[in-house]
Amino acid sequence: MIIGGLDVAILLASLMVGAVPILLAALGETVVERSGVLNLGVEGMMIIGAVSGFIAAVTLQSPVAGFAAGAACGAAFSLVFALLTLVFQANQVATGLALTLFGIGVSSLAGQGYNGIKPPVTTPLDLGPLRDIPFLGPMLFRHDWVVYFSLFMVLVTWILLNRSRAGLIIRAVGENHEAAHALGYKVNRIRLFCILFGGAMAGMGGAYVSLVRVPQWTDKMTNGVGWIALAIVVFASWRPGRVLFGAWLFGGLMVLGPNLQAAGYAIPVEYLTMAPYVITIIVLVIMSSGRGRSFGAPASLGQNFHASR
Amino acid sequence: MLRLERRATPSQFWLWFTPVLAVFLTMLAGGLLFAALGSNPFTVIRTIFWEPLAGANAAYFRAQLFIKAAPLILIAVGLAMGFRAGIWNIGAEGQYIMGAIIGASVGLAFYPTENRLIFPVMVAAGAFGGWAWAMIPAILKTKFNTNEILVSLMLVYVAQAILAKAAFSFLRNPDGMGFPGSRNFSTYPAARNVDLIERSGFHWGAVAALGVAVAAYVLLTRHGIGFRIRLAGQAPRAARFHGVSPARLVIFCLGLAGALAGLAGIFEASGPSGQITDKFATGYGFTAIIVAFLGRLNPLGIILAGLLMALTYVGGSLAESRLNLPAASIQVFQGMLLFFLLGVDMLTNYRIRIGRSLRTGAGA
Repeated sequence: MIIGGLDVAILLASLMVGAVPILLAALGETVVERSGVLNLGVEGMMIIGAVSGFIAAVTLQSPVAGFAAGAACGAAFSLVFALLTLVFQANQVATGLALTLFGIGVSSLAGQGYNGIKPPVTTPLDLGPLRDIPFLGPMLFRHDWVVYFSLFMVLVTWILLNRSRAGLIIRAVGENHEAAHALGYKVNRIRLFCILFGGAMAGMGGAYVSLVRVPQWTDKMTNGVGWIALAIVVFASWRPGRVLFGAWLFGGLMVLGPNLQAAGYAIPVEYLTMAPYVITIIVLVIMSSGRGRSFGAPASLGQNFHASR
Repeated sequence: MLRLERRATPSQFWLWFTPVLAVFLTMLAGGLLFAALGSNPFTVIRTIFWEPLAGANAAYFRAQLFIKAAPLILIAVGLAMGFRAGIWNIGAEGQYIMGAIIGASVGLAFYPTENRLIFPVMVAAGAFGGWAWAMIPAILKTKFNTNEILVSLMLVYVAQAILAKAAFSFLRNPDGMGFPGSRNFSTYPAARNVDLIERSGFHWGAVAALGVAVAAYVLLTRHGIGFRIRLAGQAPRAARFHGVSPARLVIFCLGLAGALAGLAGIFEASGPSGQITDKFATGYGFTAIIVAFLGRLNPLGIILAGLLMALTYVGGSLAESRLNLPAASIQVFQGMLLFFLLGVDMLTNYRIRIGRSLRTGAGA
């Protein structure tokens, strides 16, 4: 099916691939924010995941090791945020920013000498006859395993937050940490696990950028994707299902530009580069307007907890 | 067993000593980092913090110090006012770029007219450009309740795209033989941001930075607006009862920060940088966030913090060229500084107690 010079199946397929980094990072951040922690360091954790995943994949010649390393290093990096905000009671906004600034520096230091190298290829899964279904085959069934893993994680986070006892506790901590503390829950321990989960997801998303999307290592290569993921969490009103929708919307916008150019439409490159950011702002405006201050946002979001009583 | 106990009032001693402690810890951790990179940590720390001030060619480096510190102080003072009120403008980099583009466009529109009014008009246009760019998140925040952190940051990427467009098309030097970048202001005396004392690096931006920091200090400590800013940050509920309008505070704080970032942009474009190029934005807007915190969100503290951060830039590039340190290691060093600041800040509001809690004793 071709509309206006664009093959729709190919476009939708590349949309699904383009959305993976945003989707993974935004799912992780959803859980983090539901526990009442605002970690603005997503961009930093992603770039750390991107560089560590790339180094691991190149050194071990295995993309799977790359993704594992990206997730592990993203989680380890988020530990810095956890230490500062949970133990040292530092301001969450400032610490998140620091995490991003620091992450960009550390990654370009670590990535020296890895510029211009090709990482091992992450091959599509062989799904047999499913590949050859007309239209649906090229769109849905010719992806690599990370695409399916990210979709699986949508389900996992949804079940975790809405259908499990752990999710109930996480939400309680995020809505009212004093009450949760009074009930005997270890507020900061629960938040620590959520922050680590968020770090691992962001790191894996970052590894997808350097291993599949681009695929090579350049400085500052995540280029604001982490911030878009943060915007999507707001857009999705902190719900995993809507995060998927938001990620696909933005993934679509990001791949639409190059595809339009390839199809021969003359769009100046500046407008293409600024489009995702402008559209993020417009969507944020639409989502935020006409609502009370706290619609959907966890009530304790951004507040530190210190058990003084 | 170590535990934290909240102080009844913040400690005045630690309020001023934490930045010093943070700098010291950063030197320690940075030394370890440089040692891990295979350099002698003492040489590196000495090159960064001492050589630019007293080593060979110190006059040149001191000039560089003012050139780097001026934009950092200008931007950080504006940001600090917002941070105090709980308004998180992190898009100063974008406001800096837009101030430079608008100011430079106005200046270049008069080329080659010689008139002493051109430079002041350019500066005003630069401040306006930054202010207008900051008004986007401000108005969206007040009208639609949109998160100012995300919007101001997204606008940095938009501003960078506009900067590239400016350098490659609408501001490109018509006599530049096709190279990207605008006409150089050093060839246009009426619009040039000159050093007030020859080769001192002390240009109009440095004057503005000092003036603005002092004015902001007076505003913050001796004026009703400053009181409302501090009240809104420390006790939002009390501020509402006091009749502080959150919307007006957002417009004021973001507008001020934007205008100051715009000023920094046009002073940079017409002075040290000399032209608008696609590589004009070097991250002052983000580093200024560190400067604001290092200066304890206090305008006078920010002057010192800006000079110190400028020293890490100047000394850092010296260490890069002399000791072959990678450029990114200085960025890591600056990031560490922010982490240590945020970490040791706890000492201001909490006491560290050794031993078990006493709460069972006095029934407190």
